[in-house]
Amino acid sequence: MAAGFDIAVVSAEGMGRLDLNQSIIGQRRAWLDHRVKRLGAQRPQDAQSAICAKKVKEEKGTKVEAVKLVTLALITLMAAIAANFARDIAYQVHAAIVMLVAGGLFLYTLRQVDEPRAPAETGYADGVVRAGVIATSFWGVTGFLVGVIIALQLAFPALNFAWAEGYANFGRLRPLHTSAVIFAFGGNALISTSFYVVQRTSAVRLWGGNLSWFVFWGYQLFIVLAATGYLLGATQSKEYAEPEWYIDIWLTIVWVAYLLVFMGTILRRKEPHIYVANWFYLAFIVTVAMLHLVNNLAVPVSIFGSKSVQLFGGVQDAMTQWWYGHNAVGFFLTAGFLGMMYYFVPKQAERPVYSYKLSIIHFWALIFLYIWAGPHHLHYTALPDWASTLGMVFSIVLWMPSWGGMINGLMTLSGAWDKLRTDPILRMMAVSIGFYGMSTFEGPMMSIRAVNSLSHYTDWTIGHVHSGALGWNGMISFGALYFLTPRLWNRARLYSLSLVSWHFWLATIGIVLYAASMWVTGIMEGLMWREVDANGFLVNSFADTVGAKFPMYVVRAAGGLMYLAGALIMVFNLWKTVTSAPAKAADPVMVAAE
Amino acid sequence: MTEHRSHQDDQDVGTTGHSWDGIEELNNPLPRWWLYTLYVCIIWGIGYTIAYPAWPLISAATPGLLGFSTRQDVADEIARFETTNGQIAQRLAMADLADIPADPGLNSYATARGAAVFRTNCSQCHGAGAAGVQAAGYPNLLDDDWLWGGDLAAIHQTITHGIRSDADDDTRWSQMPVFGEILEPEQIDQVVMYVRTISGQSHDAGPAAAGAVIFAENCAACHGETGMGERALGAPNLTDAIWLYGGSVDRLRETVTYARAGMMPNWSPRLSETDIRAVATYVHQLGGGE
Repeated sequence: MAAGFDIAVVSAEGMGRLDLNQSIIGQRRAWLDHRVKRLGAQRPQDAQSAICAKKVKEEKGTKVEAVKLVTLALITLMAAIAANFARDIAYQVHAAIVMLVAGGLFLYTLRQVDEPRAPAETGYADGVVRAGVIATSFWGVTGFLVGVIIALQLAFPALNFAWAEGYANFGRLRPLHTSAVIFAFGGNALISTSFYVVQRTSAVRLWGGNLSWFVFWGYQLFIVLAATGYLLGATQSKEYAEPEWYIDIWLTIVWVAYLLVFMGTILRRKEPHIYVANWFYLAFIVTVAMLHLVNNLAVPVSIFGSKSVQLFGGVQDAMTQWWYGHNAVGFFLTAGFLGMMYYFVPKQAERPVYSYKLSIIHFWALIFLYIWAGPHHLHYTALPDWASTLGMVFSIVLWMPSWGGMINGLMTLSGAWDKLRTDPILRMMAVSIGFYGMSTFEGPMMSIRAVNSLSHYTDWTIGHVHSGALGWNGMISFGALYFLTPRLWNRARLYSLSLVSWHFWLATIGIVLYAASMWVTGIMEGLMWREVDANGFLVNSFADTVGAKFPMYVVRAAGGLMYLAGALIMVFNLWKTVTSAPAKAADPVMVAAE
Repeated sequence: MTEHRSHQDDQDVGTTGHSWDGIEELNNPLPRWWLYTLYVCIIWGIGYTIAYPAWPLISAATPGLLGFSTRQDVADEIARFETTNGQIAQRLAMADLADIPADPGLNSYATARGAAVFRTNCSQCHGAGAAGVQAAGYPNLLDDDWLWGGDLAAIHQTITHGIRSDADDDTRWSQMPVFGEILEPEQIDQVVMYVRTISGQSHDAGPAAAGAVIFAENCAACHGETGMGERALGAPNLTDAIWLYGGSVDRLRETVTYARAGMMPNWSPRLSETDIRAVATYVHQLGGGE
């Protein structure tokens, strides 16, 4: 009973500080006594001090929980008020979603109070990465599916059903598709792989405890709010920055938490140097934060409505938007995914990275040059010629820095080329780097004013984006998912490598169909638009060019369907890996390098 | 083979000595071709920004040695075509409308110009091929069935002032009464049956006979005693198989009950007189011109 006495003293102090409810204290003591008896029976010497330390920690935890409960209650209440006074349907639905989420978390937290806690985990924080792998797969399939639907809507306009008008017509679904693939699929792939990579290459657990879980769930909430907003008509009408002001604010909070977790982990690293993948991930996190803040500067029309007014107007707004838009490509889809490549390619190939020098030079050149290239989206518009020239020049100088990543990735495979025959995952990564190289050549070429005068506003742009997105971002993410799943769920291997091969070929042929049809239709419509007769009069009407594109639209939809089918095979394969592949013999343990 | 050679390479260059989660980095130098291409791009970039407008200064940007300007390019191109076409455009503006088709040079110029005007301004309703949208109220311009007249002067008039266009005092105007407020539903059914009789469609003889009387009393004033229509009022011919809003029993009943009043904008302030003459010529030669 000596142990019990000491605990009573500690909890009396805690009681004074926290003014806790008597009955809770009573329950707690009963539980502690029970623990003391058990522990005391096992290890009489250590029981007393162990229990005391645990107790102090628990009181602190209770204080945090109290703050958490009050905050969640306030958010629930405010969201309920907002839902009541909402001026539009999107805002009302969003307020209701926030109310349900916050209310649910409140109840969950309340039920956890006074429950015995699981001991704090040590080792790598892989739970959040596992969740990220699931989310990446889920949003990937969702995004590809919506892509196939809108591709079919373009080929067969009757699929814009009258009964779904205002919710599921092309105009509403298109931002749903782009955001689902870029931000939901790509974003989850980046967040989860960055959490995995930064821990392994720093040889420490993620910093910030449950903050990484907040980043994960906060990001999912952002996705749900953005997606429902598009369907209900809440949009800033800025491409890739469609979410309205309050969703932007929420993403900012989540993103700052993400930066903290990532930076905190790097600062605590046990390795002397920061690995190159982490430079790219960090550049991605920091720059996306800056882009997001500047491009979304807006004043809400009402605190109870989704509509907001942009700070910038006219050509300044257009320039800000494409500064953002191009660097979303540059830092989200290029820098972030290069981070992914720099870890998973050498790991899967089991080869050293080709050149450290090249990674330094191409990293800094890429970071410096990308940020200036935005104006090439606005050739032949109200943008002054000088800005358009600079955008073009920086884009072309960017060609080699972009290719530095391709060289480093592909040359890392040298000495492992034979593995391409036997390892479909490595083949996927190699093709991904190939598409990266192709689209980072095509991009600078399309930024040349003379080329752009033909390609701009045509489907060539769509083809370019998709050879990058499906080929580079998609394939490298699939490679990472295939790499991660057996390791995260402690399986000896993937369920089936031949299914990976099926995925590889479906996806590759799908991309080729997609990109080739869009090149053909893009160049065709560009030529038709500019075709004039001897007197200088237009030969084709816009509707003529739309009509001429029909066969290529069908081919494009078929390509997208193949890509979707490949992704579904992947999901099946990953699912079976987790549920029925043999478990791995020994558990991998954290090893501090050197 | 490959394996062997690469190990040789590794030994040649060595690694940086770091290892992250088992990943090492080779000490390979920058590929020469890569580095020189980067230098060439940079040098080209500097040269290009000297030749073209590029660097922003306090009140203006450097204009570039070549004097390049996208706005000037467009203005020059427009000016070039205006010079080339100046004389014939002048002739089109001055010519007697009826004389245009007989003058081959003028006719081909007017048709090409009119086609471009049509594709930009008219195709949204009448279709890129000018076939209209059957039964949706957008007339087919390829046939010889004209509501308001199909000679050049009439077409010119219609394009210039529009049909039921509030913005133009000289617009073509007529209004079919809303017979739902005048006739009983049964009478409307009867007159619909009569219209189907004169247009040669299947019908019930009984109601159609009663409908003939109603037609004569209510409809003949505009559509004519035989239902052949009246162009002065834009009243359609009901005896042919061409229907602006559909010839089924349901669509006819809807038309009689609620009336129709299609609208076409007046193009005179938006298009120049020369453009209107050109597009009138284009529409006239599509097949139905009178």
